[in-house]
Amino acid sequence: MSGADLPLWAAVLIAALVVIGSTLTLIGALGLLSLRSFYDRLHAPALGASWGTGAVILASMALFSLQGGTLQLHEIIIGVFVMVTTPVATMILGRAALTRDVADGLIAAPGSEPGSETGGDQSPPA
Amino acid sequence: MKRFLPHPVLSLALVLMWLLLTRFSLGQLLLGGAVALVAGRALATIEPEGPRIRLGALWRVVPLTAVVFADILKSNLLVARRILRGARAPSGFVRVPLRLRGPMPLAVLALILTATPGSAWMSWDEEKGELLVHVLELDGTDWPALIRDRYEAPLLEIFA
Repeated sequence: MSGADLPLWAAVLIAALVVIGSTLTLIGALGLLSLRSFYDRLHAPALGASWGTGAVILASMALFSLQGGTLQLHEIIIGVFVMVTTPVATMILGRAALTRDVADGLIAAPGSEPGSETGGDQSPPA
Repeated sequence: MKRFLPHPVLSLALVLMWLLLTRFSLGQLLLGGAVALVAGRALATIEPEGPRIRLGALWRVVPLTAVVFADILKSNLLVARRILRGARAPSGFVRVPLRLRGPMPLAVLALILTATPGSAWMSWDEEKGELLVHVLELDGTDWPALIRDRYEAPLLEIFA
């Protein structure tokens, strides 16, 4: 799999997509380390699951389509499955944290009192 | 039609997936079609009622997809900046009253909100019809209005 037989513009485009995708995923991983509350950290992996995956998939499709001379689209399935399955994990984690924090009294049940729309800055129990 | 093809969307998606995974040919189309038909009927024994989709409003899927992809890109950049440069606005919960009902439309909305890095679906109150979303950057954006206008309105039209 050498890139030597690719035109320059294609190589640059594909390399840029791979770098963008992996950089976004890396930033998402950094966010998982650095963000303060559990609910904030819930958002970080979504970077890797959305355009992190998306850019790498686009690069892969472009590379193999240009090399093989036929349109390669099966990477789309990876993207669809990642997109469809990520919310399951996120929702389970989010609801578990919310249930526990409300039960522990760390957060007033956000649905119960009108007007209170914050609560995410509170740290989860250690 | 209804008895033969109880879940047309699922069957169509399965045929497309089959053709993408194998090489496109008439034989694979027939084989994939058979698998899709059997799978559709199998699901019908568990879940007799599929989502009701208005065929006339199906074109709205295209602008909705474009809006979602652009929003995901925008929110990727926002979240990346927050992680690298620190918070500019506090995070918090937002309650969004919705008119949307039914497991399938809500699942699609959950997918959209979770795929967008700046917002995460927390819980859904079936009785009140109220959605709880956690938003990473509460910068004054009217989130309930944004979700209602950008995502809920087209979904209401697509799903009958």
